[in-house]
Amino acid sequence: MTLAQASPADFARPARRRIRIERLTGLGFALPAFVLLLLTMLLPLAVLLWLSLTNYEFGGVDMDWVGLANFQKALADPIIRRSLVNTLLYVAIVVPGGVLGALLIAVLVHRRTRTRSFYEVVYFLPVTSTLIAMATVWQFLLHPSLGPVNGLLKGLGIGPVAFLSEPSTALATLAVIGIWQLLGFNMILFLAGLTAIPRDLYEAADIDGCSSGIDRFLTITWPLLGPTTMFVLVTTMITAFKIFDTVAVMTRGGPIGSTEVLLYNIYLEGFQYFHTGYAAALTFIFLAFILVFSAVQTFALDRKVHY
Amino acid sequence: MAKVTLSSIAKSFGPTKVLGGIDLDIADGEFLTLVGPSGCGKSTLIRIIAGLEHQDGGSVAIGGSRVDQLRPHERRVAMVFQSYALYPHMSVGANIALPLTMSRLSLWQRLPLLRQLSRRRRSVMRGIEADVAAVAEQLQLDHLLDRKPAQLSGGQRQRVALGRAMVRNPDVFLMDEPLSNLDAKLRVHMRTELAELHKRLGTTFIYVTHDQVEAMTMSDRVAMMDAGAVLQLGTPSELYEKPASLKVAQFIGSPAINLLPATVIGGGRLELFGRPLALAVPLPQGQAVALGIRSEALSLAQGEPGEGGRASFSARLRRKENLGAEYILHFDHAGHDAVNVTMRTSPAVAAGLHETAVVTLGFDEAAAHLFAADGHRIEPRGHGVMTGSVVPLRA
Repeated sequence: MTLAQASPADFARPARRRIRIERLTGLGFALPAFVLLLLTMLLPLAVLLWLSLTNYEFGGVDMDWVGLANFQKALADPIIRRSLVNTLLYVAIVVPGGVLGALLIAVLVHRRTRTRSFYEVVYFLPVTSTLIAMATVWQFLLHPSLGPVNGLLKGLGIGPVAFLSEPSTALATLAVIGIWQLLGFNMILFLAGLTAIPRDLYEAADIDGCSSGIDRFLTITWPLLGPTTMFVLVTTMITAFKIFDTVAVMTRGGPIGSTEVLLYNIYLEGFQYFHTGYAAALTFIFLAFILVFSAVQTFALDRKVHY
Repeated sequence: MAKVTLSSIAKSFGPTKVLGGIDLDIADGEFLTLVGPSGCGKSTLIRIIAGLEHQDGGSVAIGGSRVDQLRPHERRVAMVFQSYALYPHMSVGANIALPLTMSRLSLWQRLPLLRQLSRRRRSVMRGIEADVAAVAEQLQLDHLLDRKPAQLSGGQRQRVALGRAMVRNPDVFLMDEPLSNLDAKLRVHMRTELAELHKRLGTTFIYVTHDQVEAMTMSDRVAMMDAGAVLQLGTPSELYEKPASLKVAQFIGSPAINLLPATVIGGGRLELFGRPLALAVPLPQGQAVALGIRSEALSLAQGEPGEGGRASFSARLRRKENLGAEYILHFDHAGHDAVNVTMRTSPAVAAGLHETAVVTLGFDEAAAHLFAADGHRIEPRGHGVMTGSVVPLRA
């Protein structure tokens, strides 16, 4: 059969079959990822949702369907409301501190040539250390009578300040520790962003008259770090929102509930009081916040920062 | 507009010497091209003129005054980069306007938020917009002013980079391989545009390229550089017709010049493939001399080599390259596989030859360029003297 004699119908059947095979192959390749997603994310979420609609208590033999009662209770609970406010306050301190501080350090470290790797290691160390261990050090540093920080303040004629046992300073102190913990990682991300800016842009800017550091930063560095800043901002927000370990180790929500945060309350409800159903509902509220954060950030800001 | 004077510019990067005392006088309104293989120091030199790099020794003067201590933007130069270096987050209009906003507005008039307070800013910005529009119109960019560089084609980006350079009315344009990121067709087109732009503006252009065609086609003068030194400075035709050294001869011209191994025999006469030439040089017997002959200076000769009074040798055709209007024929010298020869000829001549044909190639001795073993040009002393006569060498 020559090509001239072949009718379109002769080609149609194998073509359709090939398309079907291609489709099946594609699905086959996507299957493992989908199964993993199902097992590790979607299924647990479904279980969580189901639990949040019951009054299940850990270890109990039976449970009752309570509908949205857990959510109603959570929204009316003054402790939950306070912990939510505390969490947002914490985020509001950590995010600007952790992002702008890291940016400043990155810009300064980036200019070093020989000492750059030294500074990188120094600032990155807090990221690699375990916070549980470092919490002891912080507790010592901030101790009202023994700590060197108060020693320094006393020398300046201030204090002593009981950083962690004073309701007005406890949350801010935890936020400072949170910033200290985040700086190194964010700095590395900013350094990567800085390295990606082509050198001849700075040279062109130099010839065009951007001679001062402020001009260079505002004209080139800051705008071109937009995508990096975006990413750092989102991850910092989510990390800050998940504050738990410093609270659990150093203050246990105190003094007088001033450092109660959302995740710590979930932990208390779920693992101390065994109110599994209620903890599941709180977790859902927590997840909703994280989702809103990332969605707003990605959709609202994404368009502006990419060029 | 200004002349540029470089006096004994030297530069090393660590132990590597990049420039070894460059002296150049570039006249007001001249189009000077620095050409050379990569690593010859041409880019470093232009960056020193721009002030992006600091020389270790020597000085740069623009318009008669020394600029060594001045920052790049104070030197009144504009530069076009190989990568164009457009600001990717700014529109075309903002890219072109940047040099003007930097020079015409004070720092606080440029700061975000604060700048809204300045009343003067608005009138200055109107002036800048008018200037940008004028430049954009000249470069046919007026319909693209709101686009981002990423949305432009290579040629358009090139023009934006030119616009950003032009808008400040600089004394000197510096161009560092501005065409090498363009495709071949656009490059030819932009060559013409750049040459016309130079004619229109009448400004001094200093142009860096590794492409000898760009150097030949656009420049008033060409400075051929190699290993941190200027090998030859002259008009394109001087470089082509009278290369001062073997390197210049090899670099300028396409296809590359043919180099044939000649030897000095008795009386300073030259011998090529065992046959004496009507050329004599002031060199001792036995010395090797490279005889350069351009591909268009070769032609088919009648009869066997040595007949007909012209210099000739036999060669075997290996390949014919059809360029449409002309042919490039690739030969090797019969018996010397290492000697490859190219000849530029008309399609009619090429049609009469089949591949592997063995022919006699001839050339006029007057068209030959002679280079000593160290690469320097030697002026022959036997021009016009016919074969057979003895040339007096000690004049």
